[in-house]
Amino acid sequence: MKVKYFAWVRERIGKAEEMLEPPSSVRTVEDLIGWLAGRGDGYAYAFETPRVIRAAIDHTHVRSDAAISGAREIAFFPPMTGG
Amino acid sequence: MNTAGPRMTIPVTIRIQQGDFDVAKEIGALSEGRTDIGAVVSFSGICRGTEGSREIAALTLEHYPGMAEAEIRRHAEEAMSRWPLQGLTIIHRFGRIEPGQNIVLVVTASSHRQAAFQAAEFLMDYLKTSAPFWKREESAKGASWVEAHVHDDAAAARWTKS
Repeated sequence: MKVKYFAWVRERIGKAEEMLEPPSSVRTVEDLIGWLAGRGDGYAYAFETPRVIRAAIDHTHVRSDAAISGAREIAFFPPMTGG
Repeated sequence: MNTAGPRMTIPVTIRIQQGDFDVAKEIGALSEGRTDIGAVVSFSGICRGTEGSREIAALTLEHYPGMAEAEIRRHAEEAMSRWPLQGLTIIHRFGRIEPGQNIVLVVTASSHRQAAFQAAEFLMDYLKTSAPFWKREESAKGASWVEAHVHDDAAAARWTKS
């Protein structure tokens, strides 16, 4: 699946997107955040406070307990500040 | 979209763009040649030159291409299902924006003012909390990401149907 990062999540990880194949034990958005946080210092810093991280699957906002199976694109970002 | 009938023909314009827009032209385009519209409400969001005691040199807006339009379209459709709108324009800019320049425009048209006022306010409240845009603020102290405000979440929550 394609994983995208925006704003300070992108800056802390140091990349805007990547293709990833998490293990089958990673079932939800929350699981994926935990798995990503273990991939290195930048990831650990980006996901240090998981409750503030927002996620979207295929361009739709989802909660942290959402299942990731079948997702083409998952995005992680801070709370939005547009408008 | 779950609405049927005449609402399908409502002119809806949604644009995510880097360049500026002409507020007067957008308002005019929505009601030009129409005799069914009795009220047009517009909201323009403009970059401020100060934030508290800090002077702001510019804002840079990052967005999520694809999702930004999809999310705004979902809320436009909800607004049309909740209020009898006759037209709707939403424009949101991205990139670097200096004080005094436009950031966002919402224009709503209806037969009577109440629907246009309420739909415009609903759309702005949701744009601030749900549309995937992030502001980075440049000041003399450097650049930093703008933090989300609790009062924006509260403003959006009051539109939730119980």
